[in-house]
Amino acid sequence: MTATASRDVPPEGTGPAVGPAAAGAAAGAALSSVGDLIADLGRALAPDRVRSSATEVALYRRDASMLAGEAAVICFPLTTEEVAAAVRVSRAHGRPFVPRGSGTGLAGGAVPTGPTPPVVIVTTKMNQILSVDPVARMAWVQPGVLNLDLSRAVARHGLHFAPDPSSQQSCTIGGNVANNSGGPHCLLHGVTTAHVLAMEVVLPDGSVVELGGLDPEPAGLDLRGAFVGSEGTMGIATRIAVRLTPLPPAVTTLLADFTSFEAAAQTVTGVIAAGIVPAALEMMDALITEAVEAFVHAGFPTDAAAVLLVEVDGLPGGVAAAAAAITDIARANGARTVRVATDPAERALLWKGRKSAFGAIARIKPNYYLHDTVVPRSQLVPVLTQVYEIAARHRLRLGNVFHAGDGNLHPLILFDKREPGVMDRVLAAGNEIIEVCVAAGGMLSGEHGIGLEKRDFMGLVFSAQDLEAQSWLRQAFDPAGACNPWKVLPSGARCGDLQDLPPGAWI
Amino acid sequence: MTVASRDSVVDSELADFATLVGTDDPVCVVGGRTQWEVGGLPRPGTREVVAPAGVVSHQPEEMIVRVRAGTTVAALDSVLAMGGQMVALDPVDPASATVGGVLAVGHSGIRRLRYGPARDTVLEVRFVSARGQLVKAGGPVVKNVTGYDLCRLLVGSLGTLGLIGEVVLRCHPRPAAHRWFGSVEPGAVDPFAVFGRLYRASSVLWDGAHVWVLLEGHPDDVDAQAADVLGPGFAEVAGPPSLPVGGRLSLAPGNLRALSGVGRSGRWVAQVGVGTVQADEPSAVAAALSLPWPPAVAPRIVVLHHELKQRFDPDGRLNPGRLVAGP
Repeated sequence: MTATASRDVPPEGTGPAVGPAAAGAAAGAALSSVGDLIADLGRALAPDRVRSSATEVALYRRDASMLAGEAAVICFPLTTEEVAAAVRVSRAHGRPFVPRGSGTGLAGGAVPTGPTPPVVIVTTKMNQILSVDPVARMAWVQPGVLNLDLSRAVARHGLHFAPDPSSQQSCTIGGNVANNSGGPHCLLHGVTTAHVLAMEVVLPDGSVVELGGLDPEPAGLDLRGAFVGSEGTMGIATRIAVRLTPLPPAVTTLLADFTSFEAAAQTVTGVIAAGIVPAALEMMDALITEAVEAFVHAGFPTDAAAVLLVEVDGLPGGVAAAAAAITDIARANGARTVRVATDPAERALLWKGRKSAFGAIARIKPNYYLHDTVVPRSQLVPVLTQVYEIAARHRLRLGNVFHAGDGNLHPLILFDKREPGVMDRVLAAGNEIIEVCVAAGGMLSGEHGIGLEKRDFMGLVFSAQDLEAQSWLRQAFDPAGACNPWKVLPSGARCGDLQDLPPGAWI
Repeated sequence: MTVASRDSVVDSELADFATLVGTDDPVCVVGGRTQWEVGGLPRPGTREVVAPAGVVSHQPEEMIVRVRAGTTVAALDSVLAMGGQMVALDPVDPASATVGGVLAVGHSGIRRLRYGPARDTVLEVRFVSARGQLVKAGGPVVKNVTGYDLCRLLVGSLGTLGLIGEVVLRCHPRPAAHRWFGSVEPGAVDPFAVFGRLYRASSVLWDGAHVWVLLEGHPDDVDAQAADVLGPGFAEVAGPPSLPVGGRLSLAPGNLRALSGVGRSGRWVAQVGVGTVQADEPSAVAAALSLPWPPAVAPRIVVLHHELKQRFDPDGRLNPGRLVAGP
C-alpha cells in the first residue's frame, strides 16, 4: 500500500487507509482493478499522462494542508473532452474522482479521500489563456493558468485579475474558482466569485455544461454562483471566463507602526467606520514583522507590536483624501510613524514584505499551521487577545499576519514537528482558536475553504437543517457522491464529532 | 443602531413567519408587487404570505446591515443614511419594492457598473424552506467561504427554493459627490469610448441617441472626470432617464453596440459596460438582434434546475406557476 511509504506513516490511532475492502457505493459502479482503470484512462487520454508509480501517486496524497489521503492514479487531461473522459472512466470503474490544480489549498480540499482511493484529475497542463477581450474587459482561460500569469499577461491592456491570494505565483485560476479565493486586494474589489462570468464545467456524470454567461443576468438560477467555492465537489471547470479589472490610475501604500496590537486593531475599525474602503488593509504582529524584516529588509520597524499595511487606489483626489484620513486615524490611535509610499519601487518593497511572511517565518521554526477564520471587524481586539492566550497556554509560538480590513484572521502557529507531542498541542490550540472566533460571531473560513480540515466544525456555525439544505445543492450536481467525496459537509453520522478525520486521511 | 446582538423578539418574528409559511399548502410570498409578473403569476388559489419587516441592526463599523425581507428599500435606505452608508440595490420604485422582493427577482440596479450585481450584496440569508423550517445560509461577515453558497442560489430564484425572511447585506459608504451628466447632442457621443476612458463610473446609460453618466466619489475626482473625460459634449442633469418597463434583456456588454441597428423596436435604455437593457418591446429588440426570446436555457441546465427544485421543494408548494428558467 503506497500510503504507508517512508516518513508519512500515520500516527497510531488514526486508523488504516482505505483499501478495496472499504469500496462503497458512492461511485455507483463495481470496483475494478487499478490495472484496468489505468489502462482505460490511458486509452482515453494518453498513457504518458496517466501516472501510477508508487512515487508519483504518493506525491498527490497531499495538498498544502497537513492532511494526506490515498490516490489510485493521477491523470493530466489537456482538453475538456479528456476531463469528461477521465470522469466517465472513473465512474465506470466505481471510483470517485478528485479535481486538483496546483495543490496549494490549505484545507485539504484536494487531498484524495473517498470510500475507495480516487482518481486525481490534475488541470495544471490545461494552462492556456484562450482569449483576451480588452474592450469588454474579460478573458477566457483554461483552469490551469496561474493566477499571477493571467495578471501579467493582461497588464499591457491596463487590466488585471483582481483576486490575489498569497499563493498567486503558483495557484491556478481553477483552484481559485473552487475555493472562491481571496487575497489582500479583495477588500475593495471582491473575491473570486465577483470576477467569474461563466464557466464550462464537466459535471460529475461526465456531461458538459456552461454555467453563467458573458451577459449580466443569464436566464435561470445563478448556478455559476453556486459552483464557485464548491471546493471541487460539483464538477470540474474546464474553461473559465473571468472579469478583468482596470489598473487604478493612482495608488498609495501606507505603513503605520504601533506599540500595541490593540491600537492597530482600533485603527482598522476606525478606518472602516470613517467610510473608507481601502484596496487592502493588512496587519502583521511583532513576530511576523521581525521575521519579514530580517528576510526582506523593507525597513519594517522591528520593535513595533504591530504594523498596518494599507493601500488605497482609485482616482487621485479620493486616494489623497483617504491616505490623509487614514494617517490621521492611525496617529489618533497612537501610531508612532506612518510611512507613505507612492512610488512603485517602494510600494513593491512593502508588499514584498507582506507576501514573504510565510517564507520568512521558516527562519524561526521549520513548520507552520496557518489558520483562516473571519470575525466581525469590531471583535479583532478581544479575539486576538484570546488567540495569543491560547498559544501561550499550549506553549506554542504564534504570529498573526492577516487581512484585517475584512476581519479575516490568519493565526500562524510555528512549530517543529520533530518535537514529541507537538502536533497534539498545535491541533488543540487550532480547535480553540476556531471556537473563539465562532463565539465572537465569526465564521470558519474567510478564504481557504472547509475541505477536510474544517468539515467536522461545520456544526458550530450551521444547524442540521442548514447543512441539509447545503447538501441539496451538492446532491443536485452529484447525486452519486462521486466528486471529491467527504469534503465540506460532515456526514450525518459524524456530525458534531470534532476533528474526527475520515479513515484514510491523517495529519 | 449599533447593537450586534439579536434579541428574542426578532427571532420569534422569523419563527412566526416560518409558522405562517407552514408545511402543506401552495404558498407565495408577496413584497411590493413591483415586479410581480416576472417568471409568471402564481397559480390561482396559491396562499399569499408577507415576510416580516424592519431593520434589525445597522453596524456602520462593520459595513453590514441585518434587515427583514419585507422592509421597503426606501425604509432601509433611510436607516443606512443616518450612518452615512447605503446598499446599491436601486430598484425603480424603492418606496414600494421590498428587500426580499428585489433579491428574489435578482435584477441589479443601474449602479451595477460600480457596485456589482445584487447577488454580491448578500452576505447571509435566513429563509423558510418548503418544510416550514428556518434555514440559514452564509454569515454576518464580509468575507466568507464557510460551506456552499446558497445565498447566490436564492438571489433570482423567485421564491421557488425558499422564502427569504431576513438578510445581512454589505453596505457601502455614501459617496461625497453624486452627479449625473447627459450628452447634449443626440448621436454625438460614442458611449463605448466614454466608458473606456472613465475609471469606475457608477453608471453609463445609452438609448441609441443620448448617453447618461453617473459619477460618484471624491468631489475633485468627479469634477476632473467630468471636465477631462466627458467634456463639453455633456451637461449636468437632474438624474437618469426614465427606464422603459416593457421588459429586460441581458446582453454581453461587448454586443451592446449592435443595438444601434435595431430600428423601430420601441424605446430602450442599455447599461454600457454591464449589458442589461430595459426595453418597451424586449421581444422586438431580441428579434432585431436575432436573439431567442424568451432566452433559451440549455437542456442539461434545465435538468439541474429540476434536480434542485426536487430537493428544495419536492411537493412544488413554493410559488407554484413561477418559472426561473424554461419548462
